This record gives sequence, structure tokens and C-alpha cells, in this order.
Amino acid sequence: MPVPLLEVDDMRVHFPTDDGLVKAVDGITFSIAPGETLGIVGESGSGKSVSSLTIMGLLDRKRTQISGRVLFRGQDLLELPDDEMRTIRGAKISMIFQDPMTSLHPYYKVGAQIAEAIIHHRDASKKEAMNQAVEMLGKVNIPQPRDRANQYPHEFSGGMRQRAMIAMALALNPDLLIADEPTTALDVTVQAQILELIDSLKSEFNAAVMIVTHDLGVVAEYCDTIQVMYAGKIVEYGRTDDIYYRPHHPYTWGLLGSIPHLGDDSDRLNPIKGLPPSLINVPSGCAFRPRCPYAFERCSIDVPPLIPTDGFHADACHLSLQDKDRIANEEVLSTS
Amino acid sequence: MSVVINERAEPAPTERGEPLVSLRGVKKYFPITRGILLQRHVGDVHAVDGIDLDVFPGETVGLVGESGCGKSTLARVVMRLYEPTEGTLWFDGQDVTKVDGKELRVVRRNMQMIFQDPYASLNPRKTIGSIIGEPYHLHKMVARAKVKDEVQQLMKLVGLNPEHYNRYPHEFSGGQRQRIGVARALALRPKLIVCDEPVSALDVSIQAQILNLLEDLQQEFNLTYLFIAHDLSVVKHVSDRVAVMYLGKIVEIAEGPTLYEHPRHPYTGALLSAVPVADPRAARDRKRTILEGDVPSPIDPPSGCRFHPRCPRSRSLASADASVSEAWMPRCVADEPDLTTQPEGQLAACHYPLETRIIATDPAG
Repeated sequence: MPVPLLEVDDMRVHFPTDDGLVKAVDGITFSIAPGETLGIVGESGSGKSVSSLTIMGLLDRKRTQISGRVLFRGQDLLELPDDEMRTIRGAKISMIFQDPMTSLHPYYKVGAQIAEAIIHHRDASKKEAMNQAVEMLGKVNIPQPRDRANQYPHEFSGGMRQRAMIAMALALNPDLLIADEPTTALDVTVQAQILELIDSLKSEFNAAVMIVTHDLGVVAEYCDTIQVMYAGKIVEYGRTDDIYYRPHHPYTWGLLGSIPHLGDDSDRLNPIKGLPPSLINVPSGCAFRPRCPYAFERCSIDVPPLIPTDGFHADACHLSLQDKDRIANEEVLSTS
Repeated sequence: MSVVINERAEPAPTERGEPLVSLRGVKKYFPITRGILLQRHVGDVHAVDGIDLDVFPGETVGLVGESGCGKSTLARVVMRLYEPTEGTLWFDGQDVTKVDGKELRVVRRNMQMIFQDPYASLNPRKTIGSIIGEPYHLHKMVARAKVKDEVQQLMKLVGLNPEHYNRYPHEFSGGQRQRIGVARALALRPKLIVCDEPVSALDVSIQAQILNLLEDLQQEFNLTYLFIAHDLSVVKHVSDRVAVMYLGKIVEIAEGPTLYEHPRHPYTGALLSAVPVADPRAARDRKRTILEGDVPSPIDPPSGCRFHPRCPRSRSLASADASVSEAWMPRCVADEPDLTTQPEGQLAACHYPLETRIIATDPAG
């Protein structure tokens, strides 16, 4: 194993609200190596976006209870004062947000928005920064980058805005790129373009990438490792092939069963029943128990720990390994 | 405004019976004007530009295409929310192109719509009981005292708890709101439901629940769906026939499996290859045709085949052919292709249709 770039150790993020404590992230541990692509998959409310915002240091620490450690090159980001965090955010760790329509400022020209970060972090002159912004726009395949840099976000299509966001995120050559649902708002054709682009730029800049998504189909091609989150916890973690060909957690089975397959003509999808739980009153024992067709007594009593079965591929489920392999082969993989 | 209506034959009954919805040469242009006082007409957005389509009772027709291809405009024309600029629209054997007022209201009883955004399509200040019950009040089909019973029946039918009758939309999750939208659409027991991207805003797990619900309801009430989405795998899953739209025109229509097995139009091929596959090995192996750029402006569509500026096939044929000096095959730039019958039985509008499948086989399928 190479030395990890980012190590998250028992991170917990809790929000006190009038209705009670919302445990958005409840003890997650993972790491990313340089050049690795990690996929974080789960439904709305599973804590995946809160995790990325915490790593970026974008949550208000006064109103949020954050514990655990987030080590970036050995430095704990949670301990850093705001001004030091500001030198890392954008320069060493940058983020692409979900909605390209709302995450660019409508009053500023696209080029100026990209140049702003360069001026701030690099002490570059306005002109140099602008030239670099134009160069970045060219790298993300925007035609006529010099003219486009002088336009406002409303003159860009959705796919082009997302490209501009990527140009902005990569302008300072970060070590870690966090992409929070980078393609959810886009057409499939544009989605394919954007994912290819992130992948090719990743090798060019030798950055590590963390892709957050709700759709297991989207990330299959691009991730080295995948972690599946449910109700603020990691329920399964493994290499991409482990997750798709030997999935062990019933929630992962549910996610796989929900995707319609082009090549198969079966009439029914096998969705997960019910809805994700409230994060204020998480069910006792395994949080997935109320929606799990395989739950038994023990599931309501003990919280299943995340245990590796072959040294790396880990899952948090009380079923025996034989049962998991049998169910996965007979009921999940055969139909999908 | 003078409108020229093409004289086209009334749709003839076929072996599949009489179509429920029938479009002939339907166009919808939106005028662009300049000036404040004297509004000069300077151009048109060709949102829907000549569409022939039949939808038969009990079937699901899928409509796919990228943003800006006119699929939502077409849906709104079918619903008669827009009046077509040209062409004729038949619903249930009746020419409804020009009906309005009371007559239109009677027609509308039989067609309903489910919208994309479950957050924006429900009035936040009304309880869901009154949202679902509103069609009953508008069309006076059910006695006032009975409305609550009917609404609670509907809620049960779509998988909502009838006790939540007096709750407001913000108390529901995205998937539940979409169920409310489905219940409202079902209230008058319509014949046709137009679903405009009904699952695009939902998580995959919830998306699957809604797709299954729509299928169950179709069987129970013999519904006909016009199903619009940009994701081919979703459309193919629910549809009997799939129509692929590009810049206001249908470029290919086929039964789902045929379209997947033998795509003929290069645009269909590109759409298929862009669909994400939940199978890392197959995904890494397959050759992707990534389309460059965005859909061109529908104000001034490209000459000849509208797809030619982005068409990888026309470009590669042109570079392989020594007698062609341009970037594209001259025919693609000059002539607009018509929908013609292909060997596999589907219709495709292309001068040089694809011969073989261009994507790798999905081993799971």
C-alpha cells in the first residue's frame, strides 16, 4: 500500500437541531492514496455530501459537532485554524459541486471566476492569471477559450458550466479533487464527456479523485475503490470488482438491483423497499434492518461492525459469508 | 397569424387497432422578436419540427434525446398545453388540433401529465389531500362529500399512507412527492399519461420504486404512456417502442430490443454508448463514441441532416473516401434524410445507417 494522501479516522459530524441531534456522519474511516479514484455511493441523506464538505472544511464549526481526524499529508485538517485551511482549500484540495447552474456567480465573467483563485493562491498578476484561466478552459475542451472566458455563466450550457467548474477546480493543480455528484444534473451524453474528462485530467495532473454519487452505474468505469454509505456509516468497502462481482451487503444488492440494464429484458426492477431512515432516530442495531429482506433477530440488537473478509473488501452485515456469497450469486447477480 | 396546414391523410386503423394519439407533421415554433414597441419577428425557435407519431392504446412509447431536442415541447403539444404551429393532432379518433374551451376540457379529462420536478410541481400551500382532489373539483366528476374517500383510495393505490391526507408537500421526500404527482394524474382515470422525466430527479433506488409503480398501474388501468427521459436505459426498461429525438425531429423509432441490438442512426449509437453500465469489466472494454459539443441551436438548425456537425460516422466515412474533400459526406450536408424502414423493421433517418453494433455486448444481459 502506498502512503495515503488523505486519511479519515473515525469522523463524526453531528448537527444539533430543535428536533434532536442529526447524526449525518457517524464514525467513518477510510483513506485515499495518490492517484487513486474513490467512489462514495449512497442515497440522499446517507452522509456522503456532508463527508466531503467536512473534508473541505466548509461546515460551520460553531454549529456542528465534528470529531475524529482528517489527516491530509499527515496534517489534521480539523485542527487547522481557518486562515491555514484557506491556503489548502482550492489549492491542494478542490471540489466540483453538483449543480453547475447555481455554483458559478452569475454577475462575474467565467474567466474572472477561474482567475480569482489563481490570483489569491499564487500571487499572480491579473493578466497572468487570466492567461492561465484561458489555458485551463482550453484543457477542458471548451472551444474558443479566449472568447468564452469573457462570457457570463448564463451564456454557457449546463455541460460547459460543469467544464468551467472543473477548470476552476484544477487550475491550481490540486492533490485531491472532490467531485460531489458531478454529473447528476447533466444529460447522459454530457455525463460521459465529463467523466472521461475528469479521468484524463486526473492522470495528467496525478491527482487523487473522490467521486460522490447515488448511482453505482456511473462510477463503475472510473473508480479503483468504492465505499457504500448508509445512514452516516460505511456499510461496504472494497475494490471496484469486489463491489460489482462479489457484493456482500444487502444495501449494495439493493443499489445494484435498482439500475435498469440495457441488455436485459426482465420486466421488474428490484428496488430497495421503503425510505432511508431519519438520522435523528436511527433504528437500533443495523440501521438498514427495517428495509432489509434478510434481517434476523441479531440485526435489531447489535450494530454490525465493518469487518474485512479478505484483508481489504469489508462489509458491515451479520449474515455469514456463505450466505452473502450465495444470495449475491443466486438472487442479485443472476438477475442484473 | 396564418397557418398552413399540410393536407395529410387521417391516420388509418392498422392491425394494432386505432391509435390513441396520432401526430401528423406536427411543428411548434416559438417566435423571436426584437424591439419594444414595434415587435419585429426576426426568427423562430424550431422546437418541434415535423413529427409523425402514433401511440396505440395500452402501449408505452418512450421519447429520448438530449436537453433542447424538443421532447418536452412535444409532450406539451400532445397535452394541448401548446397549440401546434402546423400539423394535426388526433386523440382517441378526434381531431383535437383546434378544440378549445369546454370541448378541450372534456378532452383533457382523458390525458394527464406527471412532471419532472417533484419539488416545483406541487403547490406548497395546499395539503396533499386538496392537491390530489383538485381534478375532481375541476371536472365535477365526484360528489363533493365523496372526494375524500376517493383521494384516500388513490393514496393507498400509489403507496402513500391515507392518514397523511392533511399534510403539506414539504413533509414528504422526493420519491413520495412523485407518488403524489402520480396519484393526481390518476384521479380522473385518464387514458393517456404523459410522463415528462418522472424519475430524473430521484435517487436510483427510489427511481426503481416509481418505475415499478408506473408499470403496475398501467396493467391495472390499461393506461397508455408517453414516457420522456434522457436516460436510454430507463426509457428502454419501461417502453414498448422508443423514439429518439434530435433537434425537433425523430431520427429513429424502434421496439426497445431492436433499438438496443441494432441501432441504425449514429446518434442512437452514441446515446447507447454513453449509457453508464454497472459492470466495470464490460465498461472498460467497450469502445465509446463520445459526442463532441452540445446540441446546436434550434433557431437555425444545420443544413441537410441536422446531426451531421456532430456525426462521427459521416466524418469517418468522409475521411476514408478519397473522392471526398470535405469533413463530412456531401449528402449529409445537402439532403435532409427521411425516416425510412430499415432491415430490422425500425424507422431511421440516415443516409449511411450503422451496419453493426458499435458497443460491446453486455455480458450480464
